[in-house]
Amino acid sequence: MKYLDVAQFAATSLRGSRSRTLLMILAMSIGVASVVVLTALGEGARRYVVNQFSSLGTNLILVFPGRTETAGIGPGMLLGQIPRELSLDDAQALLRSPAIARIAPLTIGSSQISKDALNREVVVLGSTSDMLKIRHMSMGLGQFLPAGDVHSSESVCVLGAKIRRELFGNASGIGAWVRLGDRRFRVIGIMSSQGESMGFNTDEIVIVPVAAAHMLFNTSGLFRVLVEAKNRESIESAKRDAEQILTVRHNGERDVTVVTQDAVLATFDRILRALTLAVGGIAAISLAVAGVLIMNVMLIAVSQRVKEIGLLKALGAPATQIRKLFFAEAVLLSGIGSVVGLILGEIGVLVIARLYPALPVTAPWWAVLAAIATSLGTGILFSVWPARRAARLDPVTALAGR
Amino acid sequence: MIALSKVSRSFQVGDQQVTALRDIDLSIAAGDYVSIMGPSGSGKSTLLNLIGLLDRPSSGIYRLDGGNVTDLDDQQQAKVRSEKIGFVFQSFHLVPRLSAAMNIELPLMLAGIPPAERKTRVTALLENYGLTDRADHRPDQLSGGQRQRVAIARATSMHPAVLLADEPTGNLDQATGKEVINLLELLVEQKVALIVVTHDPAVGGRAKRQLHMVDGKITSETGQAK
Repeated sequence: MKYLDVAQFAATSLRGSRSRTLLMILAMSIGVASVVVLTALGEGARRYVVNQFSSLGTNLILVFPGRTETAGIGPGMLLGQIPRELSLDDAQALLRSPAIARIAPLTIGSSQISKDALNREVVVLGSTSDMLKIRHMSMGLGQFLPAGDVHSSESVCVLGAKIRRELFGNASGIGAWVRLGDRRFRVIGIMSSQGESMGFNTDEIVIVPVAAAHMLFNTSGLFRVLVEAKNRESIESAKRDAEQILTVRHNGERDVTVVTQDAVLATFDRILRALTLAVGGIAAISLAVAGVLIMNVMLIAVSQRVKEIGLLKALGAPATQIRKLFFAEAVLLSGIGSVVGLILGEIGVLVIARLYPALPVTAPWWAVLAAIATSLGTGILFSVWPARRAARLDPVTALAGR
Repeated sequence: MIALSKVSRSFQVGDQQVTALRDIDLSIAAGDYVSIMGPSGSGKSTLLNLIGLLDRPSSGIYRLDGGNVTDLDDQQQAKVRSEKIGFVFQSFHLVPRLSAAMNIELPLMLAGIPPAERKTRVTALLENYGLTDRADHRPDQLSGGQRQRVAIARATSMHPAVLLADEPTGNLDQATGKEVINLLELLVEQKVALIVVTHDPAVGGRAKRQLHMVDGKITSETGQAK
């Protein structure tokens, strides 16, 4: 008997009991669809987080003052000690490492910004020209902070898109003067609107040269230094170099914390991948349930078709062929079920993508493969017993319908 | 062609041993027309099943076409059934979801004959049995006589040497029953060995050889063996 004939014969028996077939396909496809949708959601969440991180910059290392050896409140804090601050020269010294491409010192504070009668509270960021590249920000109008001596406190500022809109309305605002605290700054650039990333809205900030920020807030310490390594491979050596340079500069005391963004990202990545696997696994249980359902229905089919099996034997079908026929039925059922399930799943993913455009939902290829493999696998596995039972029937009693 | 020597068949029913056939010696040649008659439980169906290789003798030797087929395994038995034996049943045993043409095609499909040849053979059979305009009807859309004609066409599709009919007219009225018997008798002329099991003396009486069975034994034979 040819394989095509086996498939066709199995198809006629599936067509012969439509409602049974439809229900089984439904069960199978719900299983497959839920694996696809759930893993797509998990994977979407993972990619969302990864994207958010990489929008903060690539090959990024964060240096901040103070060192957390253990979690919780250190004794220094209770005694009112503050860690030694990170100076602008410390930041500049980092550039001596060959592994470090560029750095951007960061000072942060809040201040009143005013233009004529309009004023509001804003977050003021003190930094240097390299911040634009490190943080992957882009300019809407004008230019970013000028390159040059980091110690020069030029009175220029770059406004976030929303701040410009509020202060200048339809005017571009370039070249105008605004007041920040007790100093006047000339607006030289407007950031393009980027929206929120990792809870930090660049539309509502004002960026000034770091030295100007120090004068504005009357400090000399840095909130953070953003360090960009030359490439992915040099991240680790850049991190080591940064720690070493700062330790030497701080008289041998390791009082800064250096964190690679990759480390943070990797943690998130691991957590979310585990989550995706977990929800995918839970969905796969429904596939196993569908498999048991297939077995149950196949067993009923065998007992309903005892006479037919007897007839096939009388017409010259050996046991192996009977087994093949029932096998083919199960494979067809779970095959059609998984195709329908994939289609349903992809529709579900499309709907979710429509509802939450921010979430990059796509089912990972391994989940699609796993879903199909599981459904075919359970289909075949759970049809072994019914198929054997059919093949073992005694032709005489089977023909008599007993 | 068919040679049974000292064939017995017994069943275990509960804790009782029931003997359905006792030391049957029987030989049937190609083109023989044999009827087997006898009361219920006399073992006629068991004998038919044994000859059709659906059952195995408990003891004795069964030779078919010169070869010993007593102890074939399932695969070999199926092959012999497919190539040499055709069955016609009282309740037709058509597959309800398949059309008449597909029912006739079934043995050819199981034997792995290529689709093109299957098609020509099925078309010829439909023509022979006057079923051409019923080819696409399912069994439940056919009359009893038509169903049995489909069953005979199916039984002959592999050109068997032996045709076994178990009460072929049992579910038919007199006129259609006669029609079916005529069709079967036509096969005898083509050198097919026809064995009919029946209760009906009118049907059994038409055979050249008439075997009577009681309690698992052939008690008498009338007519002439060729």
